[in-house]
Amino acid sequence: MKQLSTKVTSNAHGQDSSYFLGWEEYEKNPYNEIKNPNGIIQMGLAENQLCFDLIETWLAKNPDAAGLKKDGQSIFKELALFQDYHGLPEFKKALAEFMEEIRGNRVTFDPSKIVLAAGSTSANETLMFCLAEPGDAFLLPTPYYPGFDRDLKWRTGAEIVPIHCSSSNGFQITESALQQAYQQAQKLDLKVKGVLVTNPSNPLGTMLTRRELNLLVDFISSKNIHLISDEIYSGTVFGFEQFVSVMDVLKDKNLENSEVSKRVHVVYSLSKDLGLPGFRVGAIYSNDEMVVSAATKMSSFGLVSSQTQYLLSALLSDKKFTSTYLNENQKRLKIRQKQLVSGLEAAGVTCLKSNAGLFCWVDMRHLLDTNTFEAELELWKKIVYEVKLNISPGSSCHCTEPGWFRVCFANMSEDTLDLAMKRLKEYVESTDSRRVISKSSHERIKSLRKRTVSNWVFRVSWTDRVPDER
Amino acid sequence: MGLPLMMERSSNNNNNNVVELSRVAVSDTHGEDSPYFAGWKAYDENPYDESHNPSGVIQMGLAENQVSFDLLETYLEKKNPEGSMWGTKGAPGFRENALFQDYHGLKTFRQAMASFMEQIRGGKARFDPDRIVLTAGATAANELLTFILADPNDALLVPTPYYPGFDRDLRWRTGVKIVPIHCDSSNHFQITPEALESAYQTARDANIRVRGVLITNPSNPLGATVQKKVLEDLLDFCVRKNIHLVSDEIYSGSVFHASEFTSVAEIVENIDDVSVKERVHIVYSLSKDLGLPGFRVGTIYSYNDNVVRTARRMSSFTLVSSQTQHMLASMLSDEEFTEKYIRINRERLRRRYETIVEGLKKAGIECLKGNAGLFCWMNLGFLLEKKTKDGELQLWDVILKELKLNISPGSSCHCSEVGWFRVCFANMSENTLEIALKRIHEFMDRRRRKEKMIN
Repeated sequence: MKQLSTKVTSNAHGQDSSYFLGWEEYEKNPYNEIKNPNGIIQMGLAENQLCFDLIETWLAKNPDAAGLKKDGQSIFKELALFQDYHGLPEFKKALAEFMEEIRGNRVTFDPSKIVLAAGSTSANETLMFCLAEPGDAFLLPTPYYPGFDRDLKWRTGAEIVPIHCSSSNGFQITESALQQAYQQAQKLDLKVKGVLVTNPSNPLGTMLTRRELNLLVDFISSKNIHLISDEIYSGTVFGFEQFVSVMDVLKDKNLENSEVSKRVHVVYSLSKDLGLPGFRVGAIYSNDEMVVSAATKMSSFGLVSSQTQYLLSALLSDKKFTSTYLNENQKRLKIRQKQLVSGLEAAGVTCLKSNAGLFCWVDMRHLLDTNTFEAELELWKKIVYEVKLNISPGSSCHCTEPGWFRVCFANMSEDTLDLAMKRLKEYVESTDSRRVISKSSHERIKSLRKRTVSNWVFRVSWTDRVPDER
Repeated sequence: MGLPLMMERSSNNNNNNVVELSRVAVSDTHGEDSPYFAGWKAYDENPYDESHNPSGVIQMGLAENQVSFDLLETYLEKKNPEGSMWGTKGAPGFRENALFQDYHGLKTFRQAMASFMEQIRGGKARFDPDRIVLTAGATAANELLTFILADPNDALLVPTPYYPGFDRDLRWRTGVKIVPIHCDSSNHFQITPEALESAYQTARDANIRVRGVLITNPSNPLGATVQKKVLEDLLDFCVRKNIHLVSDEIYSGSVFHASEFTSVAEIVENIDDVSVKERVHIVYSLSKDLGLPGFRVGTIYSYNDNVVRTARRMSSFTLVSSQTQHMLASMLSDEEFTEKYIRINRERLRRRYETIVEGLKKAGIECLKGNAGLFCWMNLGFLLEKKTKDGELQLWDVILKELKLNISPGSSCHCSEVGWFRVCFANMSENTLEIALKRIHEFMDRRRRKEKMIN
């Protein structure tokens, strides 16, 4: 009877999924330009390594911030003792303003409605504890970040019911998909407490369109449920269009102080935009004072180190730095994404047209032996072990269509990305020739045509995608 | 708490199906409505300041260690005179550190923690860095362990009096219950085998499954170490009932004389039987011994592989900032520095303790004989008009309003005997402590004179 709780024996921590197994393989044989040029290149980690130089320069010019000093005087003792779960006021103010800046200063964030957490991992879980009972469900559009299975369900006992999205319309959320998911939850006897979306999307790398956001707000309004918008990639938007936050939509629909707005909660973090996942800085923003109150108390279980709050309040209060950074970050991500997309194209591989994020959603359906998830896993294994690239299979993101993979581009040097694309091209060309040799001439022609047709169909479907409305 | 707001909402909304928050969100199991926190409010509204507000409320309800900062500051200044923790010109150290989110924790930091914990125990126990799981504070560590060791509606047995925060940390989001092991002054509040059995039986009678015992050693609020014999009995009890033993040792570095502390690690060190060892788990933190509560550094040390593995994964929800791990790693692995720090910190705390106990004695007030921690356990039972919880709270209120001292009433620590109070002494200057003692003297003088007049 000394055994452990059911949380230990359940595998809701999700660590047996391929998402994590790929990491294990990478750990055993990691690529290194000099020491291990034949190792596995990590393309499964959504990190932003493109703008560290900007932060390092700032640090060198502002030694007090990391040195626990203010105006040359040591504030070590004050910071060491500061454990108030309301957070460092200067930090929350700077964070609120940073979030406003990312949204073009079109909406305002009140620092008193911000609750700090040790990363968005902690923020998302805390929100679940506040909004859902064990056994309640949240609807999530697929494909979604694999970590949600652990973050939203493991210790909370909440359930996830998928909103199925497909490539037929660029994986956008439709009204019928929403309704179907809601009904499915009811069939399973689960009480739906809300919808959770990631905007911009992980793993798609696309922003939710205004149409989708309006649809979502209308949906939660009519069903009387919550909407959580995880906007941790909001600062990585590099496309032509501006980022549209759910807060923009509430404002434009004149719902800013309405009852509905109390059920809309935003999650943010500095792990992706600023590339600081180690510092564990996440936040919940809510218009519901009860949620803010409960979440604030819960943050005791995951406070942000005062040392880190101080450093970042100085960094983010420097408006010259933040505007330069956001601009540069955008530029560099765009260039990098282009490099990945053209590298893929050279290998005859296309991806979903993206305008944000640190990754692309890559279409490798034409490389599958059969249109099944088993075939996807087989292809993934080949890519990990033979091509030596760790990428994330769509099935780990609960994608309903086999053959899609998330490929990260912002966590390595340009040269490494080039090499990765070269390896992929070589692999595709060799499998093409293998396929041609092993099949009959009739099938040969059929399969070649099929591949060409599917690429063409895909390009057509891009333009068919509903254009973003302003 | 939540109901009025929810009803307001439904009147604004035509739809009567108002979506509720979770039971956890609206419950008051966070415990913030207790006097433990009410006293803090009074302090916040009128805080003592030597120059600006000499008649303000002196905070004696906060177990902080402020006596040894100078040692830390001097060390850090010497180590990084330019202030940059990542080497000169900010360079590669920074980005590696900023990216590091591995829930195994920085190896150098874990090694430093293990070595620090060994030093505190005078080398009487060894700690394997690979069994150390880092969490954002002991608050997180205790909650995390509870999630791992117990299911909702199970119970942990906790000796009274105990740290008020446990009501939230062990129960709130976990749904686990606390069943008290009643201790009293007849034997200096030590845990007896009878009290253990009785608590266990109480749980069983209520059909509650007991999953473990959680003790704090040295004890908060008693300010005293748990005796070796008691620890051995506890472990026996846990083996017999086949349950876990969690030892929260966050005050281990605050024991005035190192030889007087026996860690459960010492007891387990000489046991080979894995089935015995596997039920023992230790919680530690840098918030008390090093006085760094703001930096959020806690740890779980478990002899159970499954617990270590699961705790590590769960720590994703409460990782320690890599910036903080980096800064403290070199300091804690500097054995010359830590040996000096531990020694001087113990000495200064001992002197503070002696000052307050002597001062209270002169005022005619006795304390439990303590040997550790940042507080003393004071007996004001003789001052109670009514020997009840209400009587105790009345006295607490008088002390807060008349003496302007915020101290913690024993009832907030679930003490079964009324009249005891926890009084902190390490979170203020020596002068402030003297002022507090003076106020107590004057209060007791006034009382004596009043009594004389009545008689």
